[in-house]
Amino acid sequence: MSNTLIPEPGHSAPGVTDAENNLELREIEGLSQGQIVRRRFFRHRGALISMVVLAFIVVLAFSSVGLSFSFFGIPIRTPGWWQWTWTQIDPPQDGGRPTLSLIPRFLGGEGLRFGDHPFGQDEVGRDIFAVVMRGTQQSVVIMVVVGLIAVSIGTVIGAVSGYFRGWRDSVLMRFTDIIITIPVIVVGAVVGKAVGNQGAFALAIVLGLFAWTGLARLVRAEVLSLREREFVDAARVAGASNRRIIFKHILPNAIGVIIVNSTLLMAAAILLETALSFLGFGVQSPDTSLGKIISDNQAAFATRPWLFWWPGVFIIAIALCINFIGDGLRDAFDPRQKRLPGARTLAKATRRAKSSA
Amino acid sequence: MATFVIRRLIASVFVLLAATYLMYNLVALSGDPLKDLRESSAPNKEQLIESRIRLLNLDVAPPLRYFIWFAGVLRGDFGVTVEGRSVNALLEQALGSTIQLVTIATIVAIFLGLLVGITTALRQYSGYDYSVTFVSFLFFSLPIFWVAVLLKQFVAIGFNDFLDDDPQLPMLVIVALTLLSGALWASIIPGEPRRKAVMFGIAAVATAGLLTVMNLTDWFSYPAITIGGVAAMGIGTAFGFTALITGLKNRRALIAALVVAALGIAVYYPFQYNLSFFVTEWWMLLGLAALTALVSGVVGFVVGGVDKGPVVRVAIFTGLTTAFVIALDRFMLVWDDYANSGRVRGRPIATIGASTPNLEGSLWVQGVDIFTHLLLPTLALILISFATYTRYSRASLLEVLNQDYIRTARAKGLSERTVVVRHAFRNALIPIATIVAFDIGGIVGGAVITERVFGWTGMGQLFQNGLARVDPNPVMAFFVVVGGLAILFNLIADLVYAALDPRIRVN
Repeated sequence: MSNTLIPEPGHSAPGVTDAENNLELREIEGLSQGQIVRRRFFRHRGALISMVVLAFIVVLAFSSVGLSFSFFGIPIRTPGWWQWTWTQIDPPQDGGRPTLSLIPRFLGGEGLRFGDHPFGQDEVGRDIFAVVMRGTQQSVVIMVVVGLIAVSIGTVIGAVSGYFRGWRDSVLMRFTDIIITIPVIVVGAVVGKAVGNQGAFALAIVLGLFAWTGLARLVRAEVLSLREREFVDAARVAGASNRRIIFKHILPNAIGVIIVNSTLLMAAAILLETALSFLGFGVQSPDTSLGKIISDNQAAFATRPWLFWWPGVFIIAIALCINFIGDGLRDAFDPRQKRLPGARTLAKATRRAKSSA
Repeated sequence: MATFVIRRLIASVFVLLAATYLMYNLVALSGDPLKDLRESSAPNKEQLIESRIRLLNLDVAPPLRYFIWFAGVLRGDFGVTVEGRSVNALLEQALGSTIQLVTIATIVAIFLGLLVGITTALRQYSGYDYSVTFVSFLFFSLPIFWVAVLLKQFVAIGFNDFLDDDPQLPMLVIVALTLLSGALWASIIPGEPRRKAVMFGIAAVATAGLLTVMNLTDWFSYPAITIGGVAAMGIGTAFGFTALITGLKNRRALIAALVVAALGIAVYYPFQYNLSFFVTEWWMLLGLAALTALVSGVVGFVVGGVDKGPVVRVAIFTGLTTAFVIALDRFMLVWDDYANSGRVRGRPIATIGASTPNLEGSLWVQGVDIFTHLLLPTLALILISFATYTRYSRASLLEVLNQDYIRTARAKGLSERTVVVRHAFRNALIPIATIVAFDIGGIVGGAVITERVFGWTGMGQLFQNGLARVDPNPVMAFFVVVGGLAILFNLIADLVYAALDPRIRVN
């Protein structure tokens, strides 16, 4: 007799039989909230694959051509394993055609090889693999920096206005309204024009300063409902300070909203940067970014399509990965989410129930 | 209610004012407005700089210059650009152009998004659902300028090449489309594998047959729907709308719809070859649509019997769809003339601009011209918003389908159609309506990149050119319109929500 099949009338969601419900209950028995979330996340196949792909892209981008940035005026360069850098010029061979070949010889292709310029060269002879890797670095930097800044500001503003309410709420929310009225692409273009020539890092910081508004509203709504809960009263009665209640009691419970929306925000940040660079208000020459490569070369599509395909593929790959990870996290954090057991598992459970009855 | 609206409006105006102040300073401080003159080698450089400073009050610091600009706006004057042109005139022209660009894209995206979102929600966890989910994630992640360049290459240049000499669909394309449509219909239709297989067969045969007939009749050179097509569409939609809205058991609705479809078929020849020549203005077309709706409504009312409402609705929808198909056929009638006219020269799908310059022709030819110019930017815009609407409507309908009252409706024996259409769909529309209202406020400003890629002289261009020249006046004109619309539609979204959902009280 297994105790997992006790019917629980009234507790099952519509359309879910007791057998299903109990299967699910048994699965999360004795696990902490964090363990349940992690388990659910790793079950989301799309999110898992996306994490691996994203990690691969990041490692590839940062290791292949190395880093190059200036830290308070001191130029810092690290070497990469790739033979070209994104500024090096090698006279174009074969019209700059990509030397990458993935079709094996027995299928009529040229065999597996990378060659000197796997992604091809542009008209002056820069190696497109190196250029695209540099652009990917910029996108990743922008994604992370915008994410960090926007999430910190949005969380704090949302938590403070939701927790204290009253005049602080009014002031902060009207301020949020002011920023939110300006479309992101518009404010991005304006600040991008001002700081675009300072490099991706500066651009990311400024974009982050304007990207927090949506998150602030969501966090505020979440905090408004959480602050009425008993555990907050308990903490207050125990003498916890406001700061402690916000950061130790309320925000950990709002972590789902924060994490899920920060992934969406990061995906949006990548697309925003590429769009700004495309319009000419983002990263400026001599540095490069994925949007800028496409913008520079869109007229050459008919003659040199590879200048156009590769940066696009990397933008889509990164944004798609982030979106899928966000989807996986949303599923993992959603307490109402039910994973429907497969038909076979259900049949087995029913059989077991019958034999034990 | 009135106090709520007034209070919100006043608060919104202040928010907008603060936002314009912030924006004005950001734009004015984003660069040097005299850069081009300083770098120029004109002999009267100093004089030019001096005159521009006087024209744009550049000697006043931006935080104060804002108030000069603001005083102008209160008088209804948005100032002049760097070149000395009136921003008001530019704004008027740009707004018209952008509205023309985004209207159709928005309507189509909402319609398709709702349709696909609802079908995926009804077939949750099916192959169809998973594919649509993946595709909408893909669309979310697409940079619109990248898609736009691809569209130019393949839809415009590729399709024009295809039309150039004796357009015939290759066999491979026919087979692929056949399999695709079969798979699509089989995954949408519920039921046993046997039923799905039958559905696959019907859809595949229908698609293959249609495409073959199109090839044989040289359809791509001389597109037409003909009276047969109009009849098939009219009768098909009559049955479709009846099945959807009242169920086929309601004979009165079916009769009303069929009568309306028959009326449409009856006016086909008189309209195509005689009456349509008298339609010379766009408002006449709208008038005809209104007339169609009126006549269909009357038919529905007369046939309706006791429960007139749904019957009238079925009749109106059927009438409008049939009329739309007839109008479409009329546009197709001039396609060949248009494509081979001296201005177009056999390459109809345009990649740049809003219309063919100096094109002469009737309303119908102008209509085809607008269509060929709108096609690419509209596709690009639809791809992006389609994904959002699909996800929202799917989530919204799933949420509603899990409610207790849906279970009650099923438990008391209502048909699945009634449960979905009457009980679930209407309630699922409430949150979507607010999202739509909110989105409409944002689209005028959201087409900046699309306009740039497709060379439309709209709001986006006003913004971009102004910003590139560090010229706050056109940028601010853009922003006042975009921000004002956003705030207005935000308010409308709240009111719509309160009006549709009686649980929400505004005060």
